[in-house]
Amino acid sequence: MLCQKCQKRVAKVQLTQIINNNKSVLFLCEYCAREEEKYNFGSPFSINDFLSGIMGFPYMTSVPQHNQNLICDKCGMSYNEFNKTGKIGCSNCYKVYGDKLVPLLRRLHGNIQYNGKIPSRAFGSVKLSREITKLKEQLDAAIKNEEYEKAAVLRDQIRNLESKSNK
Amino acid sequence: MREWYIKNGPESDVVMSTRIRLARNFNDFPFPSKMSREDGEKVLDKVKEAIFGRGRAISENFQFEDIQKMDPIQRQALVEKHLISPDLAESQAHGGVVISDDEKISIMINEEDHLRIQCLFAGLQLKEAWDLCNKIDNLLEETIDYAFDERFGYLTCCPTNIGTGIRASVMLHLPALVMTGYIKGILEICSKLGIAVRGLYGENTEASGNMFQISNQVSLGQTEDEIISSINSITRQIIDQERSIRKELHKQNAYRFEDKIYRSLGLLSNARIISSEEALKLLSDVRLGVYMGIINDININVLNEIQLLVQPANLQKSVGRALSPDERDIKRAEVIRNKLKRN
Repeated sequence: MLCQKCQKRVAKVQLTQIINNNKSVLFLCEYCAREEEKYNFGSPFSINDFLSGIMGFPYMTSVPQHNQNLICDKCGMSYNEFNKTGKIGCSNCYKVYGDKLVPLLRRLHGNIQYNGKIPSRAFGSVKLSREITKLKEQLDAAIKNEEYEKAAVLRDQIRNLESKSNK
Repeated sequence: MREWYIKNGPESDVVMSTRIRLARNFNDFPFPSKMSREDGEKVLDKVKEAIFGRGRAISENFQFEDIQKMDPIQRQALVEKHLISPDLAESQAHGGVVISDDEKISIMINEEDHLRIQCLFAGLQLKEAWDLCNKIDNLLEETIDYAFDERFGYLTCCPTNIGTGIRASVMLHLPALVMTGYIKGILEICSKLGIAVRGLYGENTEASGNMFQISNQVSLGQTEDEIISSINSITRQIIDQERSIRKELHKQNAYRFEDKIYRSLGLLSNARIISSEEALKLLSDVRLGVYMGIINDININVLNEIQLLVQPANLQKSVGRALSPDERDIKRAEVIRNKLKRN
């Protein structure tokens, strides 16, 4: 049987598509099957397919096309490209469209507050900001409990640390 | 033998091995999937410099291997030893690996991330493996500027590894849970707890010889210690269950149980043609027999050695040439017979 698309090569692949409950069957040669973008030929279903699936759905439908395509100025990887491949291009990409990744990261990891190891290079500043976050949580709790004296102490501590971190 | 996988570790009646892997990237190069050939070479050089450079503490005990210069059998042999991933073995450009002499530490270069630092230990030794991995990481960090973000932690190519970049995994031998079908329940519980279960060679592979790898899926939001201790506690529970079912199965029908084990031993030590799949299956039974004290005259180290030798690439490497699949099955049977010869 010849490929139904090119009518030249022998059909080796049966491509079955179900769209809105309508089933269509195509017999294609390997070349044309590869061309069919929807059919990921020869590679097993990967985690990245899943990711782009998870990523794509809510954004594709809710955010207009023009304002979502951020492009990394360092490696040239766009947010749309990430949506397709599920792979980030470089560390700068996280700066350019890191905010957009937050919902995905939340789905993957649950809690997305980083608590792990800190490289010694970044140690000082990260430690400081972790401390500030912790104090702010305590401050909120103190205000809730109407412990205003304690809150005042905490507020001063936070101010102190914040002035350090801005230096 | 100085290789770690021949030896036995803690809880090795159930836990074959422990692995900790850290994903790290350079701050100033695109990740490997987006990187040019020149950048790839530069990353290789920088990693080599970080390990073998003047005055580096660990340089003497490590070897660099250029993946591009290896033939497929050599690459596959490293995959079978878990020293490189199947992805790195198939990589087309600038892939490399640095391996320690005892094969406990391997640092993959330009895999999905610039660096994948991993430490392998026999038995259940998550804490020990993490400590060693952490040390290597600190050492590399002295010269490498890592991609790190205050909010997200260590930045990785795939968002599933972001944060700590850690993957803690243990390889478990669970014949009794498989025999009774209880394994299904365990797998379900694991997936509910955010723990991945895979076959012998990680992602996309099947469980063979009753071997299962369990590992954490979450890498962000928890500390390394929390991740490790949750894998540790789950592993301990699985160990307890596997052990108690082993005992129970033996108690219920000792003759049948021992018959199965001795039949497998009989096949293994007499077969003239054997596939790696069958060999792993039979080895699983014999391993069970040795650990339960049913077979007393076989050293478990011999089984560990066979476990690796029967796999296609290491088998061909030991023979020193490429073999057709049929030749392999014959050679495999011969290697096993020789190793199991009792004096």
